[in-house]
Amino acid sequence: MEMPPPNAAILAQKAELLRQLGRVLPADAIISDLAETRAYECDALTAYRCPPMLAVLPRTTQEVSAVLRICHAMGVPVVPRGAGTSLAGGALPTADCVILGVARMNEVLDTDYDNRVIRVQTGRTNLSVSGAVEEDGFFYAPDPSSQLACAIAGNIAMNSGGAHCLKYGVTTNNLLGVTMVMMDGSVIEIGGAHLDAAGLDLLGVICGSEGQLGVVTEATLRILHKPEGARPVMIAFDSNEVAGACVSDIIKAGVLPVAIEFMDRPCIEACEAFAKAGYPMCEALLIVEVEGSEAEIAHQLHLIAEIARRHDPVELREAADAEEAARIWLGRKSAFGAMGQINDYMCLDGTIPVTELPLVLRRIGEMSEAFGLKVANVFHAGDGNMHPLILFDANKPGDLERCEAFGAEILKLCVEVGGCLTGEHGVGIEKRDLMLHQYGAADIEAQLRVKDVFDPTWLLNPAKVFPLSTTESRRTAGIAAA
Amino acid sequence: MTHPQSEAELADFIAGAKGPLQIQGGNTRGVVLDGDVVSTRGLSGVTLYEPGALTLVVQAGTPVAEVEALLASENQQLAFEPMDHRLLMHTQGEPTMGGVFAANISGPRRIQAGAARDFLLGVRFVDGQGQVLRNGGRVMKNVTGYDLVKLMAGAHGTLGVLSEVSLKVLPTPETTATVTVRDLDLAKGIAALSAALGSPFDVTGASYDPQVRTAYVRLQGFEASVRYRAEALTKILGQLGSVEVLTDCADLWRGIRDVASLAGQPGDVWRISVKPTDAVALIPALGATQVLCDWGGGLIWALMPAGRDLRASMTVPGHATLVRAAEGTVLPRHHPEPAPLARLAAGLRAQFDPRGILNPGLMG
Ligand SMILES: Cc1cc2nc3c(=O)[nH]c(=O)nc-3n(C[C@H](O)[C@H](O)[C@H](O)COP(=O)(O)OP(=O)(O)OC[C@H]3O[C@@H](n4cnc5c(N)ncnc54)[C@H](O)[C@@H]3O)c2cc1C
Repeated sequence: MEMPPPNAAILAQKAELLRQLGRVLPADAIISDLAETRAYECDALTAYRCPPMLAVLPRTTQEVSAVLRICHAMGVPVVPRGAGTSLAGGALPTADCVILGVARMNEVLDTDYDNRVIRVQTGRTNLSVSGAVEEDGFFYAPDPSSQLACAIAGNIAMNSGGAHCLKYGVTTNNLLGVTMVMMDGSVIEIGGAHLDAAGLDLLGVICGSEGQLGVVTEATLRILHKPEGARPVMIAFDSNEVAGACVSDIIKAGVLPVAIEFMDRPCIEACEAFAKAGYPMCEALLIVEVEGSEAEIAHQLHLIAEIARRHDPVELREAADAEEAARIWLGRKSAFGAMGQINDYMCLDGTIPVTELPLVLRRIGEMSEAFGLKVANVFHAGDGNMHPLILFDANKPGDLERCEAFGAEILKLCVEVGGCLTGEHGVGIEKRDLMLHQYGAADIEAQLRVKDVFDPTWLLNPAKVFPLSTTESRRTAGIAAA
Repeated sequence: MTHPQSEAELADFIAGAKGPLQIQGGNTRGVVLDGDVVSTRGLSGVTLYEPGALTLVVQAGTPVAEVEALLASENQQLAFEPMDHRLLMHTQGEPTMGGVFAANISGPRRIQAGAARDFLLGVRFVDGQGQVLRNGGRVMKNVTGYDLVKLMAGAHGTLGVLSEVSLKVLPTPETTATVTVRDLDLAKGIAALSAALGSPFDVTGASYDPQVRTAYVRLQGFEASVRYRAEALTKILGQLGSVEVLTDCADLWRGIRDVASLAGQPGDVWRISVKPTDAVALIPALGATQVLCDWGGGLIWALMPAGRDLRASMTVPGHATLVRAAEGTVLPRHHPEPAPLARLAAGLRAQFDPRGILNPGLMG
C-alpha cells in the first residue's frame, strides 16, 4: 500500500511546531521522541507501520481546538486516533503528520435515563459506555468485537457495527449528536438529545467519514434498557447453501433475532481446536440469538427450531442455561484468536446480499485453491456482512502480497454480486485503491467535494479512503495554501 | 410541468435548465416555490424486492401505497411508518417514496425502529448540474466511503433529485396492543412515556394527547409476547393513572401518525423536535391552541394562532418546522441554523447545486 512521501518542508518545521504546541498543551501531552512515537506507528492493520512526526494527547475540546489551529496554520497533516484498533489502517500515520489521540478524553459528561441518552467524551471505550449505565439496567447497543479496547471516537469515524446490529443498528443509528473540532480549530455542535437534525443531516455524513471531516470530541448516544434475557441456539448444517436458505427463511418468517452468526468448516475446525466449545464437525454452523422474557425466548426459539428442522440440520442445540449459552458463543467469540494461533491472518469485511451467500462461499473456496492460501469464513449472516479470514505467513516473502491480492479479489466479488467493499471496518488505506471498483469517478468526486467543504486544505487524515490519484491535486494544493 | 420518464431524461432536463426548479413527487405537502415544476412521477416501479434479504429497490416516483401493498403481500412493512400528509395539509396527490426520503418522514415507530434515513441503504440522484450520481448500495451494512445517503435523506431535493432509492424493510408484527393511561396531566403523561420507553418491553409508539389527558404506549410482536409485556407495563403505569389495554388500535396510531387531531382546524401547524422531558416546560410556554405529543414527548405537533412565530418561545434546544402555514403567515419554514452549520450547508449546496436551481429557498 503506497503512502505519499513525507513532505520535507513540514518535517523541517518540527522544532517550531513543538514550541507552539508547548504553549497550548501540558508537557505530558506531547510525544516527540522516536522511542515513544513508535507506540503510534500502526493500528490493528499491523502490516503497515510508520511512526508519526509527533503525537499529542489533549484532555479537552479546547486543547484539541488549539492543536488543530496550530497545525492548520503551519500546514501540518493531522491523523485523529481513538484506540488504534482499526483493521483498515484508518489511524496509520505518515512520517510528516501529527497523531491527535483522544484516549485521555474519557469522561462521562451526562447520563439521562428519562431521555435515554448519555453524553461522553469520545476517547471513552465502547464497553465502558455500557459499563457506566449497566448497574441501572441500561446499555449502549453497538457492540464491535473489539469493544473492550475501541473508543467511541473510532466507532463514530468508522460507523462501526457489532454482532447485535441486526436488531439495534450500527453506530449511525445510535448517534444523536456530536461536538466536533474543524481543521481550522473552530468548534461546532450538531444535534443533541432531540431526534433528527434541523437542516441537512450533517451528523449522518460525519459518522463514517474516517476522521477526514473533523475531530469528534464529544458525543450524545442513545442508550436502551437491557432486555430481560437472551439465549442462543446453535444449528449445524452439512452445506452452506442450506444454512443460507435457513437464514433467509428465519428472516422471512418475521422472527427478528438480535444476531445470526455464520461459520464455515475451516472456521469451525480452527475454533474447535482452539476453544473446545464442543461444536459438531459440519460444513456450516449458525448461532442465532433471541431476546426477551423467558417465555418470549422460548417461543422465538421454538419458531426458529421449526424452520431449521425443515432444512434437515445435522444438529440443533438450544442453550438450556447461561453456561451452555456461553459455550455456544465461546467458539465464535474466539474465532480471531483461534486464527491468530494458526497463522498471521487478514480479516476482510465485504457485504453481500444474503441471497448470494452460497455462490460467494463457493467462489472464495475456489480462489483459496488458486492462491494457495487457506481462508476461514465467519460472519454476520443476517445482514450479509462477511468476514473472510485469509491465513498467511508474514515471514514468508511474497505471502502478504499474495494475501492482499486474494483479499482484493474477494472484495471485487462482493461488489460484483451487488454488495460492497466494507460493511463495518471502513476503507482506510486497506481498501482505498479498490474504491473505483465500487464507485464511478463522478461518485468519488462527489465525496471529495464533501471533504472540500469541511476541510478545504485537505490536512485531516488526507491519504485515506480514496485512491491517491483521485486526491493528489487537492492534497498538494491544500499544503501549498497553508 | 415536466415529467421525465427516465433518470436519463431527468438528468438531461436538469443539465439544460435555465432557471429555478421545483421538484415534486406527489406534492402532498403542498409546497409552492418559484420555478418550473419537475415531477418524479414518471420514474415509477419496483426494481428489486428480496423479502428474504429485507431489501427493496424502487424508482423515486413510485407511490408509497404501491410499495406498502407489495410489502404487505409478504407480511413486511416500512418500519419507520411514514406519515401521510394529505389529511393535515388538506391536499390531494399520491405520496411517493422519493418524497418520503427527501423529507425524511417518519412516524410513531421512529423512536424504536429509527427514522426514514436509518432505513435508506442507497440512492441514485441527479445533482444540480445534471450529473447522475450514486452512493450506498442495497446491502444492510455498508461503510464504503462517505455516507451521502444520509445527506440526501432530509435534503428536500436541494442537493439533488432522487431517482432511485434502496431501502431496508422489516416483517410486520403479528399483533399490536396499546396500553392507555388516562387522567394524566402533561408532566405525568410525559413521565409515563419515559417510564415505558425506559423499560425492557420494546415499546414501538409513545404518544400523549393533552386534549384527552391520555398517554398511549404501543407494543408489537408475537401475540403471547405482546400480552406478557402489556401486563408488565400495566403494573408499572398503573401507579400513574387508570390503565386500559386496547387490542384494536390501528386507527388510533394512524391518527397519531397523520396528526388527525389537528387537521381541519384553522391556524399554523408546527412540528417541534426536543429532548422528550423538555416538552413539560415547553408546551405551556408555546401559547398553542392545541398540541399532540409523539416520540415520548420529543415530537410536539402544535396548532398555533396564524402568523405567531413559535420559535421565539423555544427556550430549549431543538428545532421547529412550520409544516402548515395559514393563509397570510410569512415565516421561514425551516428552523434557522447556527452560523457554522449554515455555512457548511451552504458549502455543500454550492458543491452539489452550484447554480442554486434545486428547490431554491426551500430549506432557507
Ligand atoms: C479484534 C478486532 C475485532 C473487531 N471487531 C469489529 C466489529 O465487530 N465491528 C466493527 O465495526 N469493527 C470491528 N473492529 C474494528 C475496529 O475496532 C473499529 O473500527 C473501531 O471503531 C475503531 O475504533 P478505535 O477507537 O480503535 O479507532 P482508531 O483505530 O484509533 O481509528 C479509526 C479511525 O477513526 C478515526 N478517528 C479516531 N478518533 C477520531 C476522532 N476523535 N475524530 C474523528 N476521527 C477519529 C481515525 O483517524 C481512523 O480513521 C475490530 C478490530 C479488532 C482489532
